[in-house]
Amino acid sequence: MAIFNEKYEKMERSELEKLQSERLVSQVKRMYENVPLFKKRMDEANLQPKDIKGIIDISKLPFSNKSDLRDEYPYGLFAVPMKDVVRLHASSGTTGKQIVVGYTEGDLKMWSECVERALNAAGVNKDDFVQVSYGYGLFTGGLGLHDGATKLGATVIPTSTGNTQRQIQTMIDFKSTCFCSTPSYLMQISEIINRDYDKNKLSLKYAILGGEPWTNEMRDIIEKSLNIKAYDIYGLSEVMGPGVSYECEYQDGMHINEDMFIPEIINPDTGEVLEDGSLGELVFTTITKEAFPLIRYRTHDLCRLNKEKCKCGRTFIRMEKPQGRSDDMLIIRGVNVFPSQIEEVLLKERVGITPNYQIIVDRINNNDTFTIKVEMGDDLFSDDIRTIEKATKSLESSIRSTLGIKPNVVLVSPGSIERSEGKAKRVIDNRKLI
Amino acid sequence: MFVKQVSIFLENKPGRIYDVIKLLGTNNIDIKALSIADTDQFGIARLILNKPNTAFNILKENNFIVKINDVIAITVSNKPGGLIDALSLLYNNNIGIEYMYAFVGDSDINASVILKVDNMEDAFKLFEKNGIKLLSSSLVHEKD
Ligand SMILES: [Zn+2]
Repeated sequence: MAIFNEKYEKMERSELEKLQSERLVSQVKRMYENVPLFKKRMDEANLQPKDIKGIIDISKLPFSNKSDLRDEYPYGLFAVPMKDVVRLHASSGTTGKQIVVGYTEGDLKMWSECVERALNAAGVNKDDFVQVSYGYGLFTGGLGLHDGATKLGATVIPTSTGNTQRQIQTMIDFKSTCFCSTPSYLMQISEIINRDYDKNKLSLKYAILGGEPWTNEMRDIIEKSLNIKAYDIYGLSEVMGPGVSYECEYQDGMHINEDMFIPEIINPDTGEVLEDGSLGELVFTTITKEAFPLIRYRTHDLCRLNKEKCKCGRTFIRMEKPQGRSDDMLIIRGVNVFPSQIEEVLLKERVGITPNYQIIVDRINNNDTFTIKVEMGDDLFSDDIRTIEKATKSLESSIRSTLGIKPNVVLVSPGSIERSEGKAKRVIDNRKLI
Repeated sequence: MFVKQVSIFLENKPGRIYDVIKLLGTNNIDIKALSIADTDQFGIARLILNKPNTAFNILKENNFIVKINDVIAITVSNKPGGLIDALSLLYNNNIGIEYMYAFVGDSDINASVILKVDNMEDAFKLFEKNGIKLLSSSLVHEKD
């Protein structure tokens, strides 16, 4: 399969590390001069830009965090004058106040390059019809994929999110070969296609999915139900947007665009860098971004890095699918709970094909209550109360055997769990700790 | 033969049954019988409608979880003990009742009852053979 930019994607590791070192050194210098918060943090740590001689010194540098983006809102962390900024994106995140990021013309070019590499790695080229069903607007998903697919020369169909019937009709009529959206949205769409449409009328070959955590079980369901290949794309607006890393045809981890981003895995509690292959929090340092560079930005995504050489020939390191978030992890009655574990059970128990769920935790009389709202699906429904109650009980006991604590499963109407930008809000923690 | 019943999932939240009835009303679907079964977690509305297939499609389009299944409708005389004959037939033949509910008939003399049992085929034959009046689906449903 095609490799979009062999020079970088297949660069010898030693050469790549040299390039990373050069870029890191100049970025640190530039940020020290232009970003007051960064200068302050460096000064506090008794560090000068000249102390950073290459990637070997990266762990000396201070971390940055989402709270920095909120504190310095809107433009405090920008490293160029605003006249050089040609685009802004914002994200509300799942908790509270919005954050804003900026791009120079050069940044947008690099971003498009990231997306072009990702699309190309999945097999997408000029001949393809790329339907971009991520939200267009302040969210980076829509425009990110849009610009990359346009630059690649594919025929772009900018449907944005929503209006599912029309998405499907467009997919059929315009002969879309590649669909880009959140995985849960494509699951929803596939369910409707399989119910109401003739699947043979689709021209779809691949899907580029990201924007929310998903599992290999979900990939299986999507690939089988639509006869396509589904590729994972990763990114976050603080670091760039979609395309920070992407899957190749071997679908065994996402290659990180290491000529632009340096990844590290740290212990989320102590901040110490973990040895190769350990599970920990993913941290990124951008080394080409002009408008909004970040040093050691904590993503709160928990995953592993894989340094082994990939069969595709790319030398870029691979990151595993994030297994959860270090800040999403719930401790319920002393047990660590990741939403992804619950999702896997729901998929195995086949609660409809789209397991839309929400975890609600509260503390009543000093006791944690643990409720999982699950949207009712066709497969689970029956005219007989006992049949449904039996299925609910079996769901509760499967979750209990996975997590070690028993939830109270509540069935709700389809579509009733609130969503934003196509992402379901997975966790509501109402506990007030006194 | 059997009568078609439309079952709808109801989240345990005020206004859900109202939404169903309003939707059917605005689409000129006639409700012949309605029963709600509920637990403290959720409910199921079971309906006998003049046009079950049309209703099924409309409800689906409006994001309801719906299912159509067969039930038996029998007519019993509207006097004490009118149901006894039918129920004792089931009991004596070891056929279990999953649920039943009344159906407002067109006359004062007879009442109708909807039955779902664990062996629908046998129950139907048993009723036929023993002179229990079965309400045919053509009397309940219109073309849809
Ligand atoms: Zn590869």
